[in-house]
Amino acid sequence: MSNLLAARSQMAMSLAFHIVFAVVGMGMPLLMALSEWRWLRGGEQVDLLLAKRWAKGTAVLFAVGAVSGTVLSFELGLLWPKFMSWAGAIIGMPFSLEGFAFFAEAIFLGVYLYGWDRISPRAHLTAGVLVAISGATSGMFVVFANAWMNTPAGFILQNGQPADVRPMAAMFNPSAWPQSIHMLLAAYAATGFVVAGIHAYALLGDQHNLFHRRALQLALLVGGIGAVLQPLSGDFLGKAVARHQPVKFAATEGQFESETHAPLHIGGWPDTAQRRTRYAIEIPGLLSFLAYDDSSAVVRGLNEFPRDEWPPVAPVHVSFQIMVALGFAMTLVALWAAWRQWRSPSIAGSRVFLRAVVASAPFGFIAIEAGWFVTELGRQPWIIQGVMRTADAVTPMPGLIVPFLTITLLYLVLAAIVIMLLVRQVRESPGGREPQPRGGEVVH
Amino acid sequence: MPSLETLLGGVMMVSLTFYVLLAGADYGGGVWDLFASGLRAKGQRELIAKAIAPIWEANHVWLILVVVVLFTAFPQAYALISTSLHVALLLLLLGIVLRGSAFIFRANDAAPSQAHGRWGRIFAVASLGTPILLGVVVGAISSGSIRAPGEHVELAYFFIWVAPFPFAVGLFALVLFALLAAVYLTLETDDAALQDDFRRRAIACEVVAALVALVVFLLSQQDAPAIRERLANSGWAWPLQFATALAALSTLAALWARRFQLARFCAAGQVVLILWGWALAQYPYLVRPELTVHDSAAPQATMRALLWALAVGVVVLFPSYWYLFHVFKGRTQSSPVRHG
Repeated sequence: MSNLLAARSQMAMSLAFHIVFAVVGMGMPLLMALSEWRWLRGGEQVDLLLAKRWAKGTAVLFAVGAVSGTVLSFELGLLWPKFMSWAGAIIGMPFSLEGFAFFAEAIFLGVYLYGWDRISPRAHLTAGVLVAISGATSGMFVVFANAWMNTPAGFILQNGQPADVRPMAAMFNPSAWPQSIHMLLAAYAATGFVVAGIHAYALLGDQHNLFHRRALQLALLVGGIGAVLQPLSGDFLGKAVARHQPVKFAATEGQFESETHAPLHIGGWPDTAQRRTRYAIEIPGLLSFLAYDDSSAVVRGLNEFPRDEWPPVAPVHVSFQIMVALGFAMTLVALWAAWRQWRSPSIAGSRVFLRAVVASAPFGFIAIEAGWFVTELGRQPWIIQGVMRTADAVTPMPGLIVPFLTITLLYLVLAAIVIMLLVRQVRESPGGREPQPRGGEVVH
Repeated sequence: MPSLETLLGGVMMVSLTFYVLLAGADYGGGVWDLFASGLRAKGQRELIAKAIAPIWEANHVWLILVVVVLFTAFPQAYALISTSLHVALLLLLLGIVLRGSAFIFRANDAAPSQAHGRWGRIFAVASLGTPILLGVVVGAISSGSIRAPGEHVELAYFFIWVAPFPFAVGLFALVLFALLAAVYLTLETDDAALQDDFRRRAIACEVVAALVALVVFLLSQQDAPAIRERLANSGWAWPLQFATALAALSTLAALWARRFQLARFCAAGQVVLILWGWALAQYPYLVRPELTVHDSAAPQATMRALLWALAVGVVVLFPSYWYLFHVFKGRTQSSPVRHG
């Protein structure tokens, strides 16, 4: 394994690991706060119990997210020192602001998790709302920095060095909003669906359990809104990519030749040797329309770009297909949930529906990982699109396979432990129709 | 008016100071978990866990702030440090991850106490190792042995930090963190016996700290002559050394007299003086002798924007932080209000 490949693998693995916890850190506080708010309004103990249970799981996930995020802040330099010495001054802005958002998140999560008996219910709910807001904000800032790598802005190139640096213009680069909105909605959708899936599974065995019904309803509300809005934000992001990163767009869509009335390739396998996408369902003109609102518009194909500037086409295209397919499946489940909520007395009444919710539980996280692959692989061979190649940014340290294997092993073990602890927590969930919250339960 | 880069260097030092005073004590708590002993070993561990549980994650963010300001304002220094100290930083990260994860796993594992013991052990050992590595990094960038990597870099380049001086600084950091923790913990309980356990530990730490400081100073003659020169011969040096010694003796006296509030104040003051003494001796270098704050500084526009961001951030941060400590440290720890 070459040093470059080891460094890329370590970065990819670290991000793929951290993104799960970061997403939960955005989604769970919203769920907790909603449940607690319902408790404050309606006074039903079951809503309080639910908020506490969710908080318990969130404590573990947030801690692992915090430490794995720290690893990333160092890995930027450990693996890509040349990138950071070149770009640190340009993209430091969103990272600094993220630092403060993360501060707020950690502070109010501490208050939330350990302050149940120490502050008034209203102050406690406020802490929860602040965690949700700062979690979302910190996620957005990090994505702003990533967006800059895709669509660098806020500087001019002078003899290969950045000059006239404008940090705000760099932060609000063309991909900043499309990417971060997409990520935020993904976070709500993925978290909501996983939580809904867990409670739907419990309801399959215990159909009238009020605790799980409430949980399912709230989780589907948050996840469902995310899933229904996500196609819109995906379209917004897709248009930005078509405009600013035509190579990535071509690879994503498996578009080898420039053409008018470009078809949308659904599924299929891009064959880079033959320069065409095989076995795809093609819908004529749709890609042109999606990218430019005009079914006769020209979509630039990979043929317009030097071969050594292509990203790995097949992995990017296939990842994208997976993301879109799972995303639309979630949208359908969300619409089904909305219809059930509207038309039938109980959202949890249908076993077929519950099974569908269980089946779609992992879709959001798989879609997030696939989407992250599209973003990152689609940018290759560049670490800063069009400016610096990934190969030129890597550290000169020899034997990078050792850190890669070390971090991988560590994360595999952590993942196994986290899953084990969460499964145990879920198994302990309240049974019976009217769960009796234990008096004065202290959440630790 | 100091230059922007000096201001930002100061901001980094302020963040580092908060990190050491707050998170340092969390690590120190882990050290005392490892060395919990006697009849009250269980009580000691529970007190430590209760004291750090709500705050350690927030305290940890100070380190992230240091790193972020470093790579935004001094990107070349960040690149050089993370290249030359790759291995040490990787080990530091392992410590950070294991400490945090094991702590939260222990708190949330419903399984029998056997598993708790295992998590506790990992938490405690990682709490011991991480401060040493932090000190190693500080020692390495001060010692004057790090050079910019050339075209072809030998593996040995990545182990420059494996030397007596950085490890002595690491040990010094560990002892100071343990001192802070022991002193703070005397104020976290009303149980006089537990209080006395940590009082004795704090006194022992203070004595060991003096010895380790001497070792660091002696080693610096050979291994870090430039910074030693500044610490020994600058106009500010001896008043500062004197003030540090005075703070240390006051800490001891206050502990002896069981004036724990005063001891906390003096111990924190002692650590602050040590840190800023180091910063003054290191200034204007970030990595001795390769990079100063001036020659690794980011463009003016970046530094100005960063200072604005920091100013805005602080307005959010300090009230929130105050609230966190008000909620968890503002009343007697042993009698939290419990409903139901």
